[in-house]
Amino acid sequence: MTPVLEVRNITKRFPGVLANDKISFTLEAGEIHAFLGENGAGKSTLMNILYGLYAPDEGQILVNGKEVAIRGPNDAIRFGLGMVHQHFMLVPILTVAENVTLGTEITKGLLLDSELANAKITELSHKYGLDVPPDALVQDLPVGIQQRAEIIKALYRGADFLILDEPTAVLTPQEADDLFVVIESLRKQGKSIIFISHKLREVLAIADRITVLRRGRVVGTVLPKESTEESLAAMMVGREVVLTVPKGTAHPTAEVLRVEGMTVLDDRNTIAVDQLSLSVRAGEVLGIAGVQGNGQTELVEAITGLRPLVAGHVTMLGKNLTSASPRTIIEAGVAHVPEDRHRHGLVLSYPIADNLVLSTYYLEPYAHGIVINESAIVHRAEDLVEQFDVRTSSALALASTLSGGNQQKVVVAREFSRPIKLLIAAQPTRGIDVGSIEFIHRGIVRQRDEGIAVLLVSAELDEILALADRIAVMFKGKIIATVPREEATREGIGLLMAGIVEQPAAAG
Amino acid sequence: MSSSEQASSPSGGRSTARVSIDVRQLLIELLVPVLAIFTALVIGALIILATGASVTAAYSGLFRGALGTPQALANTLVESTPYIFAGLAVALGFKCGLFNIGAEGQLAMGALSAAVAGAAFTGLPMIIHLPIALIAGLLGGAVWGGIAGFLRAKTGAHEVITTIMLNYVAIRLTDYLIKVPLKDPAASAPRTRFIAPSAELPFLFGADYRLNAGFILAILAAILIWWLLTKTTVGFEIRTVGANPDAAQYAGMSITRNFLLAMALSGGLAGMAGAATVLGLEHNLKASFSAGYGFDSIAIALLARSNPLGIIPAAIFWGALRNGAGLMQLESGISINLINIVQALVIVFVAADQIVRWIYRIKRKGGNQVVFTRGWGG
Repeated sequence: MTPVLEVRNITKRFPGVLANDKISFTLEAGEIHAFLGENGAGKSTLMNILYGLYAPDEGQILVNGKEVAIRGPNDAIRFGLGMVHQHFMLVPILTVAENVTLGTEITKGLLLDSELANAKITELSHKYGLDVPPDALVQDLPVGIQQRAEIIKALYRGADFLILDEPTAVLTPQEADDLFVVIESLRKQGKSIIFISHKLREVLAIADRITVLRRGRVVGTVLPKESTEESLAAMMVGREVVLTVPKGTAHPTAEVLRVEGMTVLDDRNTIAVDQLSLSVRAGEVLGIAGVQGNGQTELVEAITGLRPLVAGHVTMLGKNLTSASPRTIIEAGVAHVPEDRHRHGLVLSYPIADNLVLSTYYLEPYAHGIVINESAIVHRAEDLVEQFDVRTSSALALASTLSGGNQQKVVVAREFSRPIKLLIAAQPTRGIDVGSIEFIHRGIVRQRDEGIAVLLVSAELDEILALADRIAVMFKGKIIATVPREEATREGIGLLMAGIVEQPAAAG
Repeated sequence: MSSSEQASSPSGGRSTARVSIDVRQLLIELLVPVLAIFTALVIGALIILATGASVTAAYSGLFRGALGTPQALANTLVESTPYIFAGLAVALGFKCGLFNIGAEGQLAMGALSAAVAGAAFTGLPMIIHLPIALIAGLLGGAVWGGIAGFLRAKTGAHEVITTIMLNYVAIRLTDYLIKVPLKDPAASAPRTRFIAPSAELPFLFGADYRLNAGFILAILAAILIWWLLTKTTVGFEIRTVGANPDAAQYAGMSITRNFLLAMALSGGLAGMAGAATVLGLEHNLKASFSAGYGFDSIAIALLARSNPLGIIPAAIFWGALRNGAGLMQLESGISINLINIVQALVIVFVAADQIVRWIYRIKRKGGNQVVFTRGWGG
């Protein structure tokens, strides 16, 4: 049987980078084909080529056995390809139907025929078990349903095969399970799916075949039943990796951080953190689990002095640090690995050395009075670059020249190398390679074992389960439950992340 | 500090390899401004041709008028003195992510303060009077710039708006003061009283050459600002706030304090441009005395890509164009306004360096862009 899509020897060069190097694969009718690879492995470039956003330097693309030239998204849609981006391309103030028909509006004379549009979308929705209300405003829908609206949009334009780019990144585990049901139903109706992910467990659960990319090349295409998480990780990284961090029992001692009745507003002045209280003790990791956007960002910013509190208190080692300045909080011994390393964690146009003293530049030996001691800074940087395994040609290279994982190691090196008592790590491994994740996870556990109190905020449930000693689940600005690690299950935490406190009789 | 934008001389345990890299980096940095000037002069030549005049006569007049004789050279340096100070003012603002359009107003306040301080005392020795007058000029500009900095830091009012408005206030205020309360009764045209000789910046080569100590002060100011920005914690904070205010705040730096400091320093430098003109050249303050130094200084900061040391050649180039324009007009009949066109084209090519890169097929190496300013409310 002819594959619905065949890619032969696609090569794409960018200045100084071979982004795709002779990539070939096939997509069969009704197949779920997963693409696995670290950031920078060439997944996005490949998908952008398929969607007509980049022109390949070499190679052919065949749709149903015929060679085609995809010169833009319109060509891609014409050849039956639909794309669901990681960041949805929806207009929040329009209804689902308006979004789906955007650009191909159904009209009655000069007016929009919204009834016909609604009917068509309801029909599509039923056919694939998507269950999306056509007349609801997109901004009122949960993320999982918005994603389905994106899928409907692609199907409405006649997509025969769909590319889903990191579709579970923004979903709760339950929403992800629901998505997998939808994907199954699409497959049964004859659609083919390209599923891009870096989550090994998911890929093993859902894919028919898995193609692993590394540094722009296909490392191999494997079947899930012949693979394990470890074998896939090794293919991705090119060496054996330890996926579970070795970690002994915690020996918590005195309370280091206490937050009481904290209320914080977000940028739109709505309540993001709602009368929240928590406590972290020395020598333990408190993990804050939760779907992104439930107030975790604002919680961390309020504790670290970057955002004012509307109500409540923050106490560190008995000292009242409510609404203290970031510098006071840093000097009290707080390390902060921020969730957005480009926005907060680094000055990308600065050398690595300067980034490593970003919060200590005014102290001896880095400065005498106001005069900076450049050689002390460089020597310190050279030590830290080696100690934290930052892969760079020089400690004077600009931070912007580093890969994501190495940038994060610079942040971690800066924060871990100060004398600290409390470590606040927000999404510490977001978007970085498996090797760096392993390194940073070990670092966090080592800090805990040295008696530092750790507050870990992560949207990756696997990360929380791997590192936390206690798990607090945050939902709509509140901690709705705190569970000791031994009693926590993936399913239980997943339900809590969706805001379900009582165990329902028929789950799922 | 080892920032990419400066070709800083390394200290301590650096290898010589770094020095040679910096020289190459410096040449790359210079390439676009130099080619922008060249391109602007070529287009200027085409315009001259279109008017039927002689390109050689015009440009040789321009060149000899600017640099041809020791006197011409001295006058070019005199012209460049306020440009250096005001260019530094704008460049320092850029380094902190602030767009100070208020150099013109700050310059007027600096000139006013210096003129008042220079005329207020008689019989003081120069070693006391001259510093007092200079500091008055510095403070006059610093207060005026500081107001905009304070408003930005405390209320978020964008400095582009406030400095433009403060320009009007400063220019009209000095105009009124010169014409009414501070007017020299002995003068027919409105101007302030002459400053005491003890407050005059001395001529460097006698009164035949108007070149005065103000030029030396300007060079020292450029070196001082370069040192402040690259070698001190104060400059590190200013640059960090300019490069990434979120990271600066995260690292414990105070954005409000740095905005205030940078605007006050910037205003002070612009004030020095006014003070140097009053104390070194005019020895009094006339109504509408500024020839748009404050606005040209934005162009100079762009041409120098905000590098404090780069301000010196950029300002001298600007002074040379202005100084040579007279002889050019005399010898070729080309209007002085051609110089304005050439200056404008230089800025177009520097600001839109993509055009120059495209004409000369220069590839951009790395993401080494200077942050000039951020958008509204950013």
